[in-house]
Amino acid sequence: MKKFLIKRIFQLIPTLFIVAVIVFFITRMLPGDPAAVMLGPQASAEDVAAYSERLGLNDPLHQQFFDYLVNLTRFDFGNSLNYNQPVADLIMERFPNTIILAVSALILAILIGVPAGILAAKKQNTFIDYIVTTLSLVGVSMPIFWLGVMLVLLFSVNLGWLPSTGMGSINEGLWPFLRHLILPSLALATIPMAEFARVIRSSMLETLSNDYIKAARSKGLKETIVIYKHALKNALTPLLTVMGLQFSKLLGGAVLTETIFSWPGMGLLIVNAIDRRDFVVVQGSVIFVAIIYVVINLIVDILYKVVNPKINLDDPHGGGN
Amino acid sequence: METINEIEQSKELQYIQAKREQSFLRKLLRNRFAALGLVIIFILIITAIFAPWIATHSPNAMDVSKSLLSPGQQGHLLGTDSYGRDTFSRIVYGSRISLIVGVSAVLFGAIFGSLLGLISGYVGGRTDSIIMRMVDGMMAFPFILLAIVLMTVLGQGLVNVVIAIGVSNIPGFARVFRGQVLSVKEAEYIEVTRSLGAKHGRILFKHIVPNSIAPLIVYATMSIAGAIISEASLSFLGLGIEPPTASWGSMLQEGKDFLVLSPQLATISGLAILFTVLGINLFGDGLRDALDPKMKV
Amino acid sequence: MSEPLLKIDNLHVEFKTGSIITRAVNGVTFELNKQENIGIVGESGSGKSVTATSILQLIPSPPAKIANGAIYFKGKNLLELSTKEIRKIRGNEISMIFQDPSTSLNPVFTVGNQLIETIRAHKKVSKKHAKQKAISLLDLVGIPAPDKRIDMYPHEFSGGMRQRVMIAIALACDPKVLIADEPTTALDVTVQAQILNLMKELQEKLAMSIIMITHDLGVVWETCDKLLVMYAGRVVESASVKDLYQQPLHPYTWGLLDSQISEEQNSSEPLASIPGSPPDLSYEIKGCPFVERCPYAQEICYQKTPQLNETTPGHAVACHFQTSEHQLERKERGYSDGDTT
Repeated sequence: MKKFLIKRIFQLIPTLFIVAVIVFFITRMLPGDPAAVMLGPQASAEDVAAYSERLGLNDPLHQQFFDYLVNLTRFDFGNSLNYNQPVADLIMERFPNTIILAVSALILAILIGVPAGILAAKKQNTFIDYIVTTLSLVGVSMPIFWLGVMLVLLFSVNLGWLPSTGMGSINEGLWPFLRHLILPSLALATIPMAEFARVIRSSMLETLSNDYIKAARSKGLKETIVIYKHALKNALTPLLTVMGLQFSKLLGGAVLTETIFSWPGMGLLIVNAIDRRDFVVVQGSVIFVAIIYVVINLIVDILYKVVNPKINLDDPHGGGN
Repeated sequence: METINEIEQSKELQYIQAKREQSFLRKLLRNRFAALGLVIIFILIITAIFAPWIATHSPNAMDVSKSLLSPGQQGHLLGTDSYGRDTFSRIVYGSRISLIVGVSAVLFGAIFGSLLGLISGYVGGRTDSIIMRMVDGMMAFPFILLAIVLMTVLGQGLVNVVIAIGVSNIPGFARVFRGQVLSVKEAEYIEVTRSLGAKHGRILFKHIVPNSIAPLIVYATMSIAGAIISEASLSFLGLGIEPPTASWGSMLQEGKDFLVLSPQLATISGLAILFTVLGINLFGDGLRDALDPKMKV
Repeated sequence: MSEPLLKIDNLHVEFKTGSIITRAVNGVTFELNKQENIGIVGESGSGKSVTATSILQLIPSPPAKIANGAIYFKGKNLLELSTKEIRKIRGNEISMIFQDPSTSLNPVFTVGNQLIETIRAHKKVSKKHAKQKAISLLDLVGIPAPDKRIDMYPHEFSGGMRQRVMIAIALACDPKVLIADEPTTALDVTVQAQILNLMKELQEKLAMSIIMITHDLGVVWETCDKLLVMYAGRVVESASVKDLYQQPLHPYTWGLLDSQISEEQNSSEPLASIPGSPPDLSYEIKGCPFVERCPYAQEICYQKTPQLNETTPGHAVACHFQTSEHQLERKERGYSDGDTT
C-alpha cells in the first residue's frame, strides 16, 4: 500500500507538468494583447508597453515559462488583471462555492441514484425496474444547461418557488442558503444520478447471481444484510470508478451550471475571465481545477484498495489508471 | 493434405464469422431500445439531408414585425424567435450542425487518438510512457473546460468547434485503443504470427486493428452523443457556432432570455438535443450489448 | 423407529422460462433420521441439487417453483413457514455447504467476519464471544493458527482450506442437518479425501445428519449409510450403501457403477459410459424415464412409468422388471465400451 501510494504520487509529477505546459501555451495563444485589452482602447502605446513589461510579457517565452513554473510550486498564480488581486485569493474565494455545488450534487445523485439502482435490481423486470431504467437512460442523455433552463422556467418563472440565480449566504440562515442551492445542484446531479442508477443496477444484478449470495442466504442472514452488506459491497467497485469519473465531470458540468444560475464558483470565474481576456485568472484556475481533478482520481484509486482487497495495487497491471 | 485442411479451416472460419455477424444483427435488432435509437438516428439523418425541403421558411430570414410569435401563428409551426425567424425551420437546419460536428469531431478525435494509442500500445516502453503521460495530462482537464479554452483560442466557427471538440476527444480514444492493442497483442495468435516472421505493419493492420475495431465503434458512437452535447454547450456559452447559423445550443441560449414570452424556444431546442443524444445512446448501448455484453467502455 | 428428523414427501419442483416449464424434480420422497448420512447420487440435471436447495428454499423463485409436496423438519412443514421462520432454520438447524468454496465465500469480507455474522444471526452473543467461538470453529475444522487466519480474506486461503472454512461456517450453530452439495467436486483429488474424512469425523463428534449430494459414487461409499439414486428428477433406487454396493438393482445404477473407477479395475480395461443423454424434462415423460438408454427395455417400459417399490426391506427400486417375483439378470458389462477418461 505504501509502495503504491508513493508510486502513484510520483506519477502525478509528469502529469501535472504536462498540465502546466498545456495551460501555459494555450493561454499565451489567446487572441489579443492582454495588456491592450486590459487597458482599453484609449490607452496609449507607451502605457500598453509599460503594462506588458510589468506583467513580464516582454520576456522571452522560456523565461516566462520558467518564472511561471517556479511561482506555481509556491502556489503563486499571479495577479488578476481584472480584479487586481492575487488569483490564488480569487480561487480560494470561489472554489469553496464550486465544492458546495459539486458535493451537494454528488450527495443528491448518490442518495437518489444508488437506491433507485438497487431497487431496480431487486425488482428486475418489474414495472419499477422499467421506470428506473427508462428515466436513467433519459438522464444520461440530458443536456444539463437545458435542464437548468427548464428548472428555472418551472420553479422560478411559473411557480415562483425558488430563486433562479445567485447564491445565498449561510449567514442569512439555512433556508435562504438551501433555496439557492436546490435548482443548480439538481441540474448538476441529473447525469451522475442516472449514471449511478445504471451502474449499480447492472453490477447488483451481476453480484446477486454469485454463489456467495446463495451461501449467505443459506446461513440464515436477513435479506437486508444479504443485499446491503454482501451484495452491495461487491457491487460498489464499479460504482466507485464511475463516481470518481462523475465527480471530475461535475467540475466540468459546474462551468455550465454556474453560468446558468450565476453561481459564484470556479466555472463562472473562468467563463468571465475568458470574456475579459484575463489570461492570468484563466491560467491559474484551469491549472487549479486540473490539480483537483488529478487528486480526486488518486483518491478514487486508493478507495479501490479499501473496498476490494483482492486488487493488488503494487502490481503494474492491477490498479491505477 | 495440408492444403485441404487449410481450405476446410478457412471455410469453417468464414462460417463462424457469418454466424457471428448474423447473431450480432439479430441481437441488435431484437433489442427494442436499440431499434428505437436507430429510428431516431435515421430521422436525424433524413432531416439533416433534406432540410431545405422539410423546412417551411428560410432559417435565417428575419422579420422583426413577426418576432416572438406563438406556435401556429401566421403559419409558423413552432412560432418565431426575437428576430422573427421561424423556429421549426431553424430546428430542422440545426440538425445539420449537430450531425456534422458530432461525426467529424469524433472522427478527428478517433483518427488522432487511435493513432497515438496504436503507437503507444504497440511500441511500448519509453514511447508508451511519454504518450500516456501526455494523455494523462490532457485528461486532467474536465472535457468541456478543455473545449472552452480551445474555443477561446481558436475563435467561433464550425471548423474550430470540430477541432476543439475533436482535440478533447483524443485522449479518450488513445486510452481505449491502447488498451485494445495491449490485450490483442498478448493474444496467442499474434505470438504465432510473429514467430512466423510477419512484418510489423502486417501484424498491425491484419490482426491488431480489425480485432480492436468493435469496442472502438461502440466508444465512437457514445462519443458522438457527447460531442453533440459539447457543441450545444459551447454554442450555449456563445463560444460555438457563429450566429446567425442555426445551432440548437445557440437557439437555447437565445430562448433562455424569453422564457416568459416564448417558453417554446428554449423548450424545443433542448428537446431536440435530448432526443438526438438519447437516440444515439440507446443505439450505442444496444451495439455494446450485441457485440459483447461484458465489454466495458 | 422414532419420527424421522427430516422428511421429504412427494416433492415437485418446476422451472418456468417463458412458456416452457421444466419439471426438475418429480415426486421425490425420502426420510433422514438422526445421525444418519444419506447420499444422493445422479448425473447433472437429475434434480439432486434442486432437491437439496429446495429444503432451505434457496432456489431462486421465480423461475423455480415448488409445485407440490412437503418438507417436514421436526414435524413442521418447512414450505409453510414464513420467511422469518425459515431464516431461523437456515444456518442454524440446517446448514449447507456448496460445490465451489472459492465462489461461495464473499471475497470482500474476512473469513472471521463471515463466521461471526452467522453466529450472531442466530445467537445473542457479544462480538468478542462470537469471535472466540469462530476461532474454536476454525480450529475444529483443522485450520492451523486460527487466531491469525481469522482476519484473513478468502483469497489468502487454498481451495481445501476454503472448504474447511465453509464447513466451519455451516457448523457455527451446531446444526442438526448438514446438506453438502458436491462438497469435493471443485477440489484437488488429494484434498477430497481429507475433506470427506473431516466431515465424517465431525458428523460423529457433533451428532448430526448429513445429506451428501454427489455425482461421484466413490464419495458416498465411505461417508454414507443410505443412498438415493436419482434420474430425471425421480428417485430410481434407494438402499443402504451395503445393499446397493452388493446388489444394485436398477439398470441405471449398474451403468453408474460401471462408469466409476474401481480399485480392482484393470487399468487397460476401458471405463464404460452410459450411451445417450437424460430426457428433456420440459416434455411430459411417458413410461420409464430411463427407457431410451436402457439395454433391457421392453414394451411395457414405453407405456407405463414404474413406481418405487421395496423388493427387500429397505431396498426400493423403480423398474418393471425388478420386483420380488421378477428379477432382471444383470449382464456383464451391459453397455458398450466408452472412452477412457
